Amino acid sequence: MIPQDWIWGAVGGLMIGSAAALYLLVNGRIMGASGILGGLVDCTGRDSMVERLAFLFGALVVPPLLVPLYTQVDTRITTNPIVIIAGGLLVGVGTRLANGCTSGHGVCGISRFAPRGLASTALYLLGGAVTVLVFRHVLGVI
Amino acid sequence: MAGQTLGHKLFGLSEPRHIVAFVTGAIFGCGLLISGMIDTRKVQGWLDFFGDWDPTLAFVLGGAVLPMIFVWRIAEVRKTSVLGTPIPARSVAKLDRALVIGSLMFGAGWGLVGLCPGPALASFAIGGWGGALFFLAMVSGMVLAPTVAGWLSSRTTA
Repeated sequence: MIPQDWIWGAVGGLMIGSAAALYLLVNGRIMGASGILGGLVDCTGRDSMVERLAFLFGALVVPPLLVPLYTQVDTRITTNPIVIIAGGLLVGVGTRLANGCTSGHGVCGISRFAPRGLASTALYLLGGAVTVLVFRHVLGVI
Repeated sequence: MAGQTLGHKLFGLSEPRHIVAFVTGAIFGCGLLISGMIDTRKVQGWLDFFGDWDPTLAFVLGGAVLPMIFVWRIAEVRKTSVLGTPIPARSVAKLDRALVIGSLMFGAGWGLVGLCPGPALASFAIGGWGGALFFLAMVSGMVLAPTVAGWLSSRTTA
């Protein structure tokens, strides 16, 4: 009745929420992927370097271990290098300017009813929806 | 950190907060894979409000946000974490220009490719050259961000 994708979406979502809960309650930190990575890239997170590296290492190395459980795991990412580079640059600059992404502003911000998290989430959803509308339905690039 | 060797810094996973950070990253990444967030077409389907809309990501976000509402209550009552560090204070920063422009830029990039920073990490090992190129471009964007921020603020004050 309920599509499998929705159930697995909720299960995965609960895991993401549990990870955020663990990081907040035990380490006293907000689990934001762009902030944890960005703090290493621009050295603003020098004091918590090992903690950041440990998080990134876990996120990089452990998920691939689940791949054998599936018949196929594919990101189905576009093969257009210009689109990939433009998208990557926009995500990198944008998340650092906004000081958060889907995990920090989205998961952790919304659940705290933080005005900046709520506003950012509304805006990146708007930006994403308009981009898909224009580049998929008008220009037919993606 | 004083008195620690490089070996301690790199392999100092014996410290509780480093173990917790590793476990957090592992659960987060596995959640992203299981939920379908690493499938760029699925993410773009969620953003495709005017086409063949896919509501899966609402379940992902709902599954993550609902427990966190209660966790924030607990955290704010406790005021300190289990390891004794303070719970991050509420941001007093305004809804400024950087937040608005940054969020819109992030959304545009997210829509173009269908990856945000977490899934870009979790799918790095299975995303092929496209995933690696995206990751490289994203990190480059993070390096460029202070320059863009400076440019934005110089235009506001002008």
